[in-house]
Amino acid sequence: MIASDLTVALPEVLLAVFAMAALMAGAYGGKDKLAVPILWATAAVFVLMALVIGVGSYETRTAFGGLFIADAFAQFSKLIILISAAVVMVMGQDYLTSRNLMRFEYPVLITLAVVGMMVMVSAGDLITLYMGLELQSLSLYVIAAMRRDSQKSTEAGLKYFILGALASGLLLYGASLAYGYAGTTQFAGIISTIDEDGMSLGLLMGLAFILAGLAFKVSAAPFHMWTPDVYEGAPTAVTAFFATAPKVAAMALLARVVHEAFGAVPGDWSQIIALLAVLSMFVGAIAAIGQRDIKRLMAYSSITHMGFAMVGLAAGSAQGVQAMLIYMAIYVTMNIGMFAFILSMSRDGRPVTTIDSLNQYAKAEPLRALALLILLFSLAGVPPLVGFFGKFYVLWAAVEAGMIWLAVAGVIASVIGAFYYLRIVYYMYFGVETDPLDSAMPPIQSGLLIASAAIMVLGVVNLFGVEGLAAMAADSLVR
Amino acid sequence: MAVTLVLAPLLGAIIAGLFWRVIGERPAQIVSTGLLFLSAFLSWIIFLTHDGGVQQIQMMRWIDSGTLVGDWALRIDRLTAVMLIVITTVSALVHLYSFGYMAHDENFAEDESYRPRFFAYLSLFTFAMLMLVTADNLVQLFFGWEGVGLASYLLIGFYFRKQSAGAAAMKAFIVNRVGDMGLILALMVIYFLVDSIQYDDIFAAAGTLSETTVSFLWTDWNAVNLIAFLLFVGAMGKSAQLFLHTWLPDAMEGPTPVSALIHAATMVTAGVFLVARMSPLMEYAETAMAFVVLIGAFTAFFAATVGLVQNDIKRVIAYSTCSQLGFMFVAAGVGVYSVAMFHLLTHAFFKAMLFLGAGSVIHGMHHEQDMRNYGGLKDKFPYTFWAMLIGTLAITGVGIPLTMIGFAGFVSKDAIIESVFAAGAGYAFWMLVIAALMTSFYSWRLMFLTFWGEPRGDKNTHEHAHESPMVMLVPLGVLAVGSVLAGMVWYGPFFGSTEQVSEWFGASIYMAPDNNLITEAHYVPNWVKVSPFVAMLIGLGLSWLFYIRDTSLPGKLAATFPGAYQFLLNKWYFDEIYEFLFVRPSMAVGRFFWKKGDGAVIDGGINGLAMGVIPFFTRLAGRMQSGFVFHYAFAMVLGIVAIVTFVMLTGGAR
Repeated sequence: MIASDLTVALPEVLLAVFAMAALMAGAYGGKDKLAVPILWATAAVFVLMALVIGVGSYETRTAFGGLFIADAFAQFSKLIILISAAVVMVMGQDYLTSRNLMRFEYPVLITLAVVGMMVMVSAGDLITLYMGLELQSLSLYVIAAMRRDSQKSTEAGLKYFILGALASGLLLYGASLAYGYAGTTQFAGIISTIDEDGMSLGLLMGLAFILAGLAFKVSAAPFHMWTPDVYEGAPTAVTAFFATAPKVAAMALLARVVHEAFGAVPGDWSQIIALLAVLSMFVGAIAAIGQRDIKRLMAYSSITHMGFAMVGLAAGSAQGVQAMLIYMAIYVTMNIGMFAFILSMSRDGRPVTTIDSLNQYAKAEPLRALALLILLFSLAGVPPLVGFFGKFYVLWAAVEAGMIWLAVAGVIASVIGAFYYLRIVYYMYFGVETDPLDSAMPPIQSGLLIASAAIMVLGVVNLFGVEGLAAMAADSLVR
Repeated sequence: MAVTLVLAPLLGAIIAGLFWRVIGERPAQIVSTGLLFLSAFLSWIIFLTHDGGVQQIQMMRWIDSGTLVGDWALRIDRLTAVMLIVITTVSALVHLYSFGYMAHDENFAEDESYRPRFFAYLSLFTFAMLMLVTADNLVQLFFGWEGVGLASYLLIGFYFRKQSAGAAAMKAFIVNRVGDMGLILALMVIYFLVDSIQYDDIFAAAGTLSETTVSFLWTDWNAVNLIAFLLFVGAMGKSAQLFLHTWLPDAMEGPTPVSALIHAATMVTAGVFLVARMSPLMEYAETAMAFVVLIGAFTAFFAATVGLVQNDIKRVIAYSTCSQLGFMFVAAGVGVYSVAMFHLLTHAFFKAMLFLGAGSVIHGMHHEQDMRNYGGLKDKFPYTFWAMLIGTLAITGVGIPLTMIGFAGFVSKDAIIESVFAAGAGYAFWMLVIAALMTSFYSWRLMFLTFWGEPRGDKNTHEHAHESPMVMLVPLGVLAVGSVLAGMVWYGPFFGSTEQVSEWFGASIYMAPDNNLITEAHYVPNWVKVSPFVAMLIGLGLSWLFYIRDTSLPGKLAATFPGAYQFLLNKWYFDEIYEFLFVRPSMAVGRFFWKKGDGAVIDGGINGLAMGVIPFFTRLAGRMQSGFVFHYAFAMVLGIVAIVTFVMLTGGAR
């Protein structure tokens, strides 16, 4: 029934309609003068949708003949996606406005990307998966190149587009293999085929290619190489967006595919994911040491963090998925705080992104430096901050799953990774004095920075209940 | 009463140690000394009114874990009562003496407060020692055992600015670790076999233990012999018996009152006390006891030979202590525990006095300790001289042969020698007699070199030499009384006859039914009874000849037998041998792990990793991040190739 199908996918439908309405309003209304109102309206709609989804049923419902699944897992992921997207958008508004980048297409594209992400996490079919992925990716390619007069920004957009196309090709190839050998594109069909006939070589190939395609989206090594360039080239507000919601969506999609479609053979994919995880953790940690640009550094940092999230996924258990979800929630919170700060970094009104510009920052701005210190410690996984618990959960899941070597590798990588976080702290507190950064910081950014740091400290009590929600979400996925 | 007695020194230590800033330096000293005198007073009441029974007072529940139950409890019996008076009396007198001795000290600046610390340590030591002797179970004994070790360490290293004092303190502590290892093993074996650490349970199980065998190291042992042996290893450390004696002479780096209290009268006798306390076990352990006799006799002999040639006044007395402890162990080893305790008691008086007397001389001579720089001090130190003379008469064993009239040492030492003869340990008997001869020689040598003859050394020091103040002389006087009378007064209870001793000590000392040595010792031939006296006379005569009659003789003798002289002067080269055997190898091992293990491997590895390997990969990663899209795409292709290869090889595809 089409009506009940639409009810299940109502938030996505509403958002898509809103996006088109906003596009019309922008195009025929005031063009870029309307950009800021549209942005705020979009954020409001995101929060509204988050509320609608949040209070909605936790039960698993399917729509369009199994193409679309709404369950607790999708619900949890969508909540993070919507809220983080709203926050990041609002956070970057000052930045974009002051640099004359505030186009009305920006919120519209973000809305479309978010719709794509929501479809991704609700995908119950390889076709849905691809549609969501491409909707998200195409939107992101455009906003990466949003600063058209900047060579770096266009280069970033182009690189992202070409490599993304390659990844999509890999993914599609894998999907077609899976379809060919399973005879269906539905996840439920694939898993029942495997149940009946076992894992065929073709399906295995399909799985490998799909994993490779998705690894590109979560920027796992060795499919990560676009990340630093895109992060650096894109306007910071866009980078902040890249670092948060899409990562959650891609990771959730990865979990969805391996559990819904290939849950019967965890041994086949958990090893691949574990390898990707180890590579990502080490490549991210080691390469970040050489970075002097904080945006590139955050790119490598996100590669490492994706590696950690994949450690949870590699465990192949409900506990692992729960750990991954907790990790992603914490990761997004920390990154919002970090990017709130990076957005404000400027000297004489011009944005700076080198980490030596933070020298002696603590003397000028003790409170912000302290908040940053907490965030950096949390990113490095120093107990008792929340970031430590994120790592703790994924490592625990790996150990429970008998993958002790993976946990050990994770700990070693986090030790190496601690270096570059702590180096920023060192610069802030003990560095040599240089020209100070501008002290002006829009209230939204400073508020988010401090709120994020506060969450890192206060969250140690019970992680704000995320643990229970994540457990519920994981249970709905892993049966 | 007993509880007050035990806790008073602890209170004193706390007040003097922690609250002297509040109440002032002198009040702190007075309070701790006052509390010690209270303790001593109560001890004497307990001792004099004791009925010979065993009284147990529980103070606190301490350990209660499965069968491992140990209370903080006091066990007051005759053995403990004897120890109580020894400890508290000497400690109280040493506290008093320290008022004078510690009044000025060149090791500390004028405005430094070191006295409350000193008194606090002394009181702390006393408390720990009391814990040791009043223990009702082995773990509490071990607590006291380690507590006195700690206090000893703190007091030997009291002059913490002196390198030698710090080294001596460490040496004492470390050598004692070796002994403590034995004690801990003994405790473990006992707990393992008896399943209890309470004395009563252990003593009740002694008979069974003697028929049990236990596997330890490479072979099976008779349980009681093994326990006795391990206990004695502990005693050897604390009581500075041969092989573990090396710390005691070095411990003289501490202030002289410390030497008197800890390293002469009390702590070092803890080993003897332990053997006596464990007499119900020891009586079954014939082999182990033979070993005790052997070690005791050799210690007595060895230490006496070394004492002959030492020049530092305190070291002479230290070796003398070592030697006298050997006497006590021989007595305990042959089975006359009461006699061992008797000598312990009398020795505490005269040896403490000798030390305090030496301290008085050192104090008056501005911390000059080399006897070669003394001489003719009789008139400068009239009271000290008399006290030292009484002490010397006591330690050398002056008395009327074949009677029980004589100085304290005469009575108790002769009791040991007669018992040993009666027990049939011929070699031990002769070694002790020779040791007695040498005791007499070096004791008189000390007297002659110090008080007779011409003043030697720095003239200025001699001119400014002065008798010590009253607070230092009063303790000497009290101890002198004990040195004269202690032997004669308590002859009966300690060495009267088997029945008399059993009755007086009650259950606190167990002697097997066939152990009638004490009575038998009274019926040894007369030549045996006279032999120690004769030995004393020979020693005295030789000493007079060497140091009064013809003072060039010692030098000539040393020149004639340089090898023997050097051998003795270097204490049989024990320190050198240990240095070679233990210290150097351990240092080498330690240095290996430090430099190579920690420095090269761990630090080097981590540093190499952090400064060499990781940066290499960082640069590599930077180079790979070339910015060219085809490079990135190539990496992705490589990645997919690797994944596909991996799943082909390991995947579960059919």
